[in-house]
Amino acid sequence: MAEEVKLFKTWSTPFGLRVVWALKLKGIQYDAIDEDLSNKSALLLQYNPVYKKVPVLVHNGKPISESLVILEYIDETWKQNPILPQDPLEKARERFWAKFNDEKLLPSIWGVFTKEGKEREEAIADSLENLKFVEEELTGKKFFGGEKIGLADLVFGWLAYLICVFEEVTGLKIIDERFPLLLAWIQEFSELPIIKDNFPPHDKLIIKYQAFYEKYHPAK
Amino acid sequence: MSEEVKVFGFWCSPFSRRVELALKLKGVQYEYIEEDVFKNKSPLLLKYNPVHKKIPVLLHNGKPIAESLVILEYIEETWKANPILPEDPYEKAMVRFWTKFADEKCLPALWKAGWSPENEREKAVDEACECLKTLESALKGKRFFGGETVGLVDIAANFIAFWLRLIQEATGQELLSAEKFPDLFKWTDEFGSCSVVKESLPPRDKLLAFFKARVAEAMDAQTNASK
Repeated sequence: MAEEVKLFKTWSTPFGLRVVWALKLKGIQYDAIDEDLSNKSALLLQYNPVYKKVPVLVHNGKPISESLVILEYIDETWKQNPILPQDPLEKARERFWAKFNDEKLLPSIWGVFTKEGKEREEAIADSLENLKFVEEELTGKKFFGGEKIGLADLVFGWLAYLICVFEEVTGLKIIDERFPLLLAWIQEFSELPIIKDNFPPHDKLIIKYQAFYEKYHPAK
Repeated sequence: MSEEVKVFGFWCSPFSRRVELALKLKGVQYEYIEEDVFKNKSPLLLKYNPVHKKIPVLLHNGKPIAESLVILEYIEETWKANPILPEDPYEKAMVRFWTKFADEKCLPALWKAGWSPENEREKAVDEACECLKTLESALKGKRFFGGETVGLVDIAANFIAFWLRLIQEATGQELLSAEKFPDLFKWTDEFGSCSVVKESLPPRDKLLAFFKARVAEAMDAQTNASK
């Protein structure tokens, strides 16, 4: 049966990129549709009426939204190169860390980027604490998934290409030598062709986040 | 092999009650450990959930799992009786989508609307009602979100079926009514009348008293603030 897979995303969204990585890892052919979020397509709004966001995966005409839901769907539908282990306890661990990234780590680091004064100090403290937990999780492991990358690696993957952008734009060091395992993981993860071949262009990211930064920290 | 299952919870937490409900649905024997979450969390809890230091935690043969939705998926994969997720990957994805929506959007919006100060109330209530309307659309006239039997979405939305009604009673606010949300309101009755669900709910009077005390505290705070 002819398979039709479409992915609605933007060129820069880390949530869309994790889905791209999963599709590429499994060798799935798909059509990528890059959205302009200031002018969302009618199709996107039709496929994701609840959130009106990217990414959305459409498989044979059926839409799925929310990146973590999409990743689990991909893993269950295409069995090659699994991103989740078989064992329920190991699966639970991957899901736990995926949630931790989305609900704790990412928001805290975004807080460092966007906030000022005392609020920024608090965001920095939160980020450091969150990074310590992630660092500890890497103890004795090459990847969060063990010898091979898994769900948690794909979800933490934004750290590998976006932290350096944040650091360059803010002048702050976010992941420093206190996190040797995380730095080593970034290196290993970034060397995988499927991963680095799909990083958004660094220069374009700098321009984008520089503009964001100026919006959040207007010159007085 | 003898199985050791423990649940670390708090009597009025909808999150730990979700875990208990799933275990009861599947006929899994477990030991319940009540944590004093406000004043004195046990060293065991802090050891088993060092990242969040929260309940619920499921302990299965000595291995801890935290985060209620992660626990529910673990329970589903470990004990196969009375499945709470469908087999088909697309149907499963839809269930996970609505579970996330109930947990990440509805619950916080409802909680905020229930406790928001006067000046923020209207906006909070509007947002909460939008959430309820959207969630109701997922029911599609079925008896439960899971169809004929209780499923993952029903379990995740437990707050709406029970806790919300008591918050409404304590605060005098009406967010979920039969007039505004007939299907969802009917669902709360269906869900609430399942014997397994009834066994996994906090005592009604105790929870109502808890919420009433919170209302009184909030009013005292507002009165003091305006002096």
